[in-house]
Amino acid sequence: MNTLYAILDNAATKWVLLVFGLVMPLASLLTWAERRQSAMMQDRLGPNRANIGPIRLKGILHFVADAVKMISKEDFIPGNVHRGLFALAPLLAIGPVLIAFAIIPFGPTIFPHSFTDTLDVGALARSPGAHSFADSIRLQIAQLDFGLLFYFAILTLANYGGTIAGWASYNKWALLGGLRSSSQMMSYEVSMGLSLMGCFLLVGSLEPGFIVASGVSSKMSASNPLNWLWLWQAPALLLFFTAAIAETKRAPFDIPEGEPEIIGYFVEYSGLRWGLFFLAEFIEIVFISAVITTVFFGGFQVPFLDPDGFRFGGYVTEINGTWVSTGGFVAKLPHGVVALLQVGAFGLKVVLVSWLQLMIRWTLPRFRADQLMNLGWKILLPLALGWTMFTALAKLFFIYMGWL
Amino acid sequence: MASTHDHGSAHDAGGGHGHGHGHGGHDAPPAGLKVLAVSANAKVRTVAVSRPGEADVTYLEATREGLGITLKHFAKNLFGRRRKVADLNTGARPVPTTTGGKILEALSPLNDIETIQYPEEKVVYPERYRGLHRLMQRDDGAVRCVACMCCPTVCPAHCITIIPEQAEDGSIEKRPAVFEIDELRCVVCGLCVEACPCDAIRMDSGTHAKPVEERADAVMTKDKLIAVSKDNGKSPTSIATQGGAGANWRDGR
Repeated sequence: MNTLYAILDNAATKWVLLVFGLVMPLASLLTWAERRQSAMMQDRLGPNRANIGPIRLKGILHFVADAVKMISKEDFIPGNVHRGLFALAPLLAIGPVLIAFAIIPFGPTIFPHSFTDTLDVGALARSPGAHSFADSIRLQIAQLDFGLLFYFAILTLANYGGTIAGWASYNKWALLGGLRSSSQMMSYEVSMGLSLMGCFLLVGSLEPGFIVASGVSSKMSASNPLNWLWLWQAPALLLFFTAAIAETKRAPFDIPEGEPEIIGYFVEYSGLRWGLFFLAEFIEIVFISAVITTVFFGGFQVPFLDPDGFRFGGYVTEINGTWVSTGGFVAKLPHGVVALLQVGAFGLKVVLVSWLQLMIRWTLPRFRADQLMNLGWKILLPLALGWTMFTALAKLFFIYMGWL
Repeated sequence: MASTHDHGSAHDAGGGHGHGHGHGGHDAPPAGLKVLAVSANAKVRTVAVSRPGEADVTYLEATREGLGITLKHFAKNLFGRRRKVADLNTGARPVPTTTGGKILEALSPLNDIETIQYPEEKVVYPERYRGLHRLMQRDDGAVRCVACMCCPTVCPAHCITIIPEQAEDGSIEKRPAVFEIDELRCVVCGLCVEACPCDAIRMDSGTHAKPVEERADAVMTKDKLIAVSKDNGKSPTSIATQGGAGANWRDGR
């Protein structure tokens, strides 16, 4: 059993489980959901016919059909392309996104030995080494102190995917798309990083797991929705969401693709190589949803669900340097049920934010290049800087007044 | 940048003269536009055009408004009921009269999706839709056609081929040994039906020519043309008296 727990707690296992259990299925489903949702928004029915025998499922199986089609299509490589870079670009587009998932906490730490018991948070804080808390499985692949910086750094690499694809394709339109892609990504990365600065100041950590576990204030339980950052950092949420959508290179920020003008940096790609670009885009949607969920919407926290059950009232107290909620009315739940609820809540929140991204993508028309740059440099950036300053001053003031 | 746009556009827009009021005396500037200068030609003016101000540059208001519209459609089409195919065909939007119907309408209103899901659902063609040809039969099952050659004569596309032969029983002079229509050449004008003196050929089958893989398959032979009636649930016999006397065949449809 202990070996099993060790295997489950291994980063590689968790990565495989996360990517093939949550990210890939969700991204594939999004390829269907996008078409079906856009149809619903435009008074159409959308793809609803793919079926295996009598199983139709409202057309969900379209993503299987698409995958089979893309795998079996001819992989055409035009003459004069730089073959090495041409082959590398799709991997550069999809690889960094998958790696960046390492920092996302998609569930609580699971203690297998007390899976069926109610978790005693006080006992955990007092003696973390006890047998019932041994062999813990943390549902986060890498607990890095520089967590979200890792995300910014890794996702910058995805930038190269589009740019190199455009360069290697030996095609003017592809090159234009690649240049547009790199200029846009660079512009928006700045505001994206800065917009989260206020959150880091407020929580005091870059580690997503810590942001989820602590919330804004140690005086409230982390599961209290008022303790999540969406309320205290609403402008940051808006700024980050805008910049993040721009990073996914989707409408209204899709000038790197701009189908009617230049088709985009992947104009020369076909078959599964093109499919990788396509999938990378959808994985980015899932990833950005995961980041927004984690930073702004309490990650895997279910409202009012503390580790030992639903709690109403009660207060937070410090035991051995850990903030623990006690007292109040508690509807006790086994640790296993709590963990399942929390993983489910994370999934649900990610799906909801992804849905919102699709709504925005099908609502707004494409920006012009100058509008894009104006928005990025003249509006988002000053606002992000200003908000960071404001948050810093506000926090100083709160500390001075003794409210924090 | 935005302010530069303002001034530049204001000058450009000076050439625009009132919204199509071309007839005399309508030289007044379009409503809401402030005239900055008028040139020698009174119709050529420089006007101040209102452009989105700085407040709209964040696109927040437009985004909120747009999301409201798309969300409304999304919710209505997701949670609402699809209209019945018959209603989609006629364009009707039935208003509920019963209490139950009103409650259902309040809970789940009819949505705006117009799609008819062919081939499970089909558009109902108008009664006089000209479809695939069919050959009518006498009461004894023989073809009504007397090979008078009216239809191949009138056919503008030359798609009808008839080779007549002597009928054995002598009650009629001729009958078609071969009666073929090339549906690829047919222009669906319906002149053959008009020309037929004995109601032998009709186009009221309500269906199209079937898609084919070989050109030869699109040629409808006599047997195929007779089978069209049965395939589409139409009576193959006519109430018209052979030769033209008797009740109008249209009355019996």
